[in-house]
Amino acid sequence: MDTMRDRFAPVLTRLLDEDPRVAVVLAEIGADAFARAQARHPDRVINVGIREQLLVGAGAGLALTGMRPVVHTFASFLVERPFEQVKLDLGHQDVGAVLVSAAASFDWPAGGYTHMAPGDVALLDTLDGWTVQVPGHPDEAETLLRHAVAAGDDKVYVRLSTQSNAEGLAVDGERFLRVREGRSGVVIAVGPMLDTVLTATEGLDATVLYATTVRPFDSTALRRATEVAGTDVVLVEPYLAGTSTAVVNDALSGVPHRVLGLGVGRRELRRYGNVDEHVAAHGLDARTLRERIRGFLA
Amino acid sequence: MTATTHDTVAHSRSHAELTGLMGLMTGDEKHGPAATSTLDVLWVLYDRVLRVGPDRMTDPERDRFLLSKGHGPMAYYAVLAAKGFLPVDWLPGFGSFDSPLGHHPDRVLVPGAEIGSGSLGHGLPIAVGTALGLRAQGLDGPTVWVLIGDAELDEGSNHEAIAFAGPAGLERLHTVVVDNSSARHARPGGIAARFEAAGWSTATVDGRDQQALYTAFTAPHPGRPHAVVARVEPKSG
Repeated sequence: MDTMRDRFAPVLTRLLDEDPRVAVVLAEIGADAFARAQARHPDRVINVGIREQLLVGAGAGLALTGMRPVVHTFASFLVERPFEQVKLDLGHQDVGAVLVSAAASFDWPAGGYTHMAPGDVALLDTLDGWTVQVPGHPDEAETLLRHAVAAGDDKVYVRLSTQSNAEGLAVDGERFLRVREGRSGVVIAVGPMLDTVLTATEGLDATVLYATTVRPFDSTALRRATEVAGTDVVLVEPYLAGTSTAVVNDALSGVPHRVLGLGVGRRELRRYGNVDEHVAAHGLDARTLRERIRGFLA
Repeated sequence: MTATTHDTVAHSRSHAELTGLMGLMTGDEKHGPAATSTLDVLWVLYDRVLRVGPDRMTDPERDRFLLSKGHGPMAYYAVLAAKGFLPVDWLPGFGSFDSPLGHHPDRVLVPGAEIGSGSLGHGLPIAVGTALGLRAQGLDGPTVWVLIGDAELDEGSNHEAIAFAGPAGLERLHTVVVDNSSARHARPGGIAARFEAAGWSTATVDGRDQQALYTAFTAPHPGRPHAVVARVEPKSG
């Protein structure tokens, strides 16, 4: 199967053709896939070289002239390294952009910790007004990329990963989907965690919500689910464990509730290897998830 | 010669007025060199170079001036007030809770300010993107100007922008470095040399000589971005 990232350049190439406001800003990473688009739109496909502060700053400058910049590199170099540019050049300047990251929490484990960004969504949570899209399948990535570019001058983060579910669902860029209904607990599976969560909760009497748009958080869908399934809530996120615990608490502040936040651990593993090994090391494989979810909902 | 005489008279009168406007913010009638290091640069740009005006802030064809060195913005606010971008009666509230005029400017609050600044090293990368955005939209008329300080140039983000803009041939991009010798580690001629190494056109002039500034600002630089180093009195202390 192709990856979400394989879809990125073809989708943006079409959007560059369709919408003269769209500009793609790159810092070497991913540039080869845009060769054809760059030949056709030399002024709107911009590769600044290995310069991530300039990457985000130039994106902001494009936005100030009325364009819709789509800025791309690995998550660690898009959100973490130039974080102040994200905070000031976009947020404080009051302009929008679409930030599209690759490599996610540990898409390239052999690359080591320098190329892992489990904290990206938590970092963006310190800022105001960001929409965060976490597709769980390449088809969903296409849909959510189109939503992101079309979202006026909004600030949108799209988190692409090689981790994927087997099939894409009909996501709408706003709401959670209820993929299973139960009466004893709500499990929220974020993006590529869905298949594993469905396996892990097989036979459990729990509602499973599928979240691809995590900011803003679909509090309405969560509250509605708790009316039948009760207010024990498990979050399973493909990034830092507990990233969304606070928003779940806010959504359920009017009722007694419990929350278990599962995801990538903080501790640096100092391990290479493959994605499955890192999934297991963080306790995110189906068997371990089932134990942790059952233990919490019991 | 007539034009020169006229210019000189107009500028000296306005210059005096600017000092008075700054006094509304600080309560002082006289200002030290640090507070006014950018004053002549700003005045020459707004008075004679930039095609901007209070009625043109939504005009895509306007020139863009980005104050990257947001520290000590009194001279900037004074020039904006003198040119009618903001009311003079805003100046006395400078820095207060209800004032739009902070110790670092906020573009959302200050009419005429193209960017908010304060954290150093953000203006030049944004200016690069602005130049790219104008080019991508076929807007060949507007020029882009960014003002930075010599110590601000220590921030590495500037060097990402300088090293990109030269080879990219961003002809419409202009940088003015106000050099009051405040960088901790510096070598003579080092500022211009760094721009030149990246393929920029450069000029180094007396930052208090308005005619020299005007000449440097308007020098042709086909196919290359242009940097002007404006040298002023060393910052005291």
